[in-house]
Amino acid sequence: MSADRTAAEAPVAAHAGASTPTTHGATALGGPTRAQELQARFAAVDPVPGVPKPDPIVVADNVTRHFGGMTAVDVGHLEVERGAITALIGPNGAGKTTLFNLLTGFDKPSTGTWTFEGRSLSGTPAAKVARTGMVRTFQLTKALSRMTVIENMRLGAAAQPGENLGAALIPGLWRSREREITAQAEELLARFKLDTKRDDFAGSLSGGQRKLLEMARALMSEPTMVMLDEPMAGVNPALTQSLLGHIQALRDEGTTVLFVEHDMHMVRHISDWVVVMAEGRIVAEGPPRSVMSDQAVIDAYLGAHHDTDLGDDSLLTDDVTPLEGKP
Amino acid sequence: MDWTRILTNVAGEIIAPTTAAYALAAIGLNVHFGLTGLLNFGQAGFMLLGAYGFAISTIAGYPIWVALLIAIACAVIFALILGIPTLKLRGDYLAIVTIAAAEIVRIVGRSTAMTGLTGASSGLRGNSYKESFQALSPFPDGTTDVGPLSYSNNASNSWWIRIVGWALVALACLLVWRLMNSPWGRVLKGIREDEDAVRSLGKNVYAYKMQSLVLGGVIGAVAGIVYVLPRAVQPDSMGRPMTFFVWTILLLGGAATVFGPVLGSMIFWAALMLIKTVMRSAVPPDIMRTEQIEQFGWIVVGVTLMLLVIFRPQGMLGDKKELAINVR
Repeated sequence: MSADRTAAEAPVAAHAGASTPTTHGATALGGPTRAQELQARFAAVDPVPGVPKPDPIVVADNVTRHFGGMTAVDVGHLEVERGAITALIGPNGAGKTTLFNLLTGFDKPSTGTWTFEGRSLSGTPAAKVARTGMVRTFQLTKALSRMTVIENMRLGAAAQPGENLGAALIPGLWRSREREITAQAEELLARFKLDTKRDDFAGSLSGGQRKLLEMARALMSEPTMVMLDEPMAGVNPALTQSLLGHIQALRDEGTTVLFVEHDMHMVRHISDWVVVMAEGRIVAEGPPRSVMSDQAVIDAYLGAHHDTDLGDDSLLTDDVTPLEGKP
Repeated sequence: MDWTRILTNVAGEIIAPTTAAYALAAIGLNVHFGLTGLLNFGQAGFMLLGAYGFAISTIAGYPIWVALLIAIACAVIFALILGIPTLKLRGDYLAIVTIAAAEIVRIVGRSTAMTGLTGASSGLRGNSYKESFQALSPFPDGTTDVGPLSYSNNASNSWWIRIVGWALVALACLLVWRLMNSPWGRVLKGIREDEDAVRSLGKNVYAYKMQSLVLGGVIGAVAGIVYVLPRAVQPDSMGRPMTFFVWTILLLGGAATVFGPVLGSMIFWAALMLIKTVMRSAVPPDIMRTEQIEQFGWIVVGVTLMLLVIFRPQGMLGDKKELAINVR
């Protein structure tokens, strides 16, 4: 990962050029990159909590979730821009994952409504949410351990008629779709450098490889929006870099990405927009560079050490974390 | 010691209708547990319902095909009743509900209020419902010897019920093999591994679990019919012990394999017969009486199950590699 000034000026562009596979690098050549386009688009957006976006794919209103007397999520208004990478950050217990669970139908809100591509999704079961094109991954990776990598991938595909009990009995009805799915899975596995693990049990993969597998599996249904819950947690730095590349490649192909992450370095480098949550509320929104200097964010999340944590890229790109070397 | 007689007994046990019935029941349970990860501790309830459905409707005068359909319908309804409230909850709840529901079926069946229908605790005599099944047999009446094994052609504990029972086992194996290697089976395996992951991929987990519960239960009901055809419908012989024998058979043979339940059933009953007959001729009656030997056989089964779960949890046909990964 480069730490020179160019990278600091246009981190996303530099990154996309450096680490995405060549097939997806095309968008970075000639004309403004997708990241720059988005930067220009977001320049007109007022960086305040709940601000309307030019082309929102998700619009949520008054979403709350109470656990007993505790309010885990209390979001007045939130819009997620189509085709952009939006980061959701905040301290532990801020309600990020709960909000994820609510939006994807894995949890039921106490109040609130939200739409995805103009369609109301409140009260929709999780499986149906996924079928409308909003697919998520989990903070604690859910690789299906006693299934092979390729079977994991095939499971992610949509529109396989053989998943119907009656049709399953007649292979002629699903063989051709199975071949298409397998070809698509193999392509994705190659892209995520998992092709050598094709026939291994998913349970035998390393933690980082499982994260990759889960992401690749989520992409099998060609979703319009992916929601990644801490995609980098527990992933080694070498793999982080390629994961970052994959996420940007997704965005460059038009997929909307919303992710929860604690790694500020990653948030700064790949997100086009950052939403900050604290105690269930959205306390700030804005482009990654400016939102980090927002007083509300510093108070809620970054704290006194935010300079150490985020201010200097060279700190974060060093091999050793020089925490003790800083004031 | 008369080894010829002992081995004949053992060989007879391997192809016995009871062995086929237990193999079928274990195949049904394999759909639940091996494929989908559903903890059904009430397989005997499905079997008893199947037996009642078949016997009662035959006694009422319906032809055998209608009786069979009624037995299957009983299992479907039972599965729906069990599944609707529990399949949305965690797996343990299904276990509690199934074990209780199977007991309810047995206790209601044996209650004196039901004497007219189920014969209460004395059950339904075999001769009252065997007629239509025996009438289907293509064989002439009489007895046939195959090697040392000698059974009647059609009556009661016959060659006919053996042929039909094992044909049904073969059919069920074929069905499970086909489904296991289909995209449908893949979704079930995914649910076994992690329900939420499968849900996040857009599959209606609840519907799949319900289909699995119904399918395995129907196979269980057919197993119940095969079980009662050579004997009588006795509610008390189809209680909790039966469920746990089916579990032992499944784990012995290997869950999530096609032939595991069949092999498990054969070995289970053959080993039990071997222990009992050997001990009867080897142990003098003043040390252990015949009925004590019977009990001892079950103790050996229990110990075997424990050893099996500890040292070879994947069963005889299971994939060690697959199991080594299981971290839960």
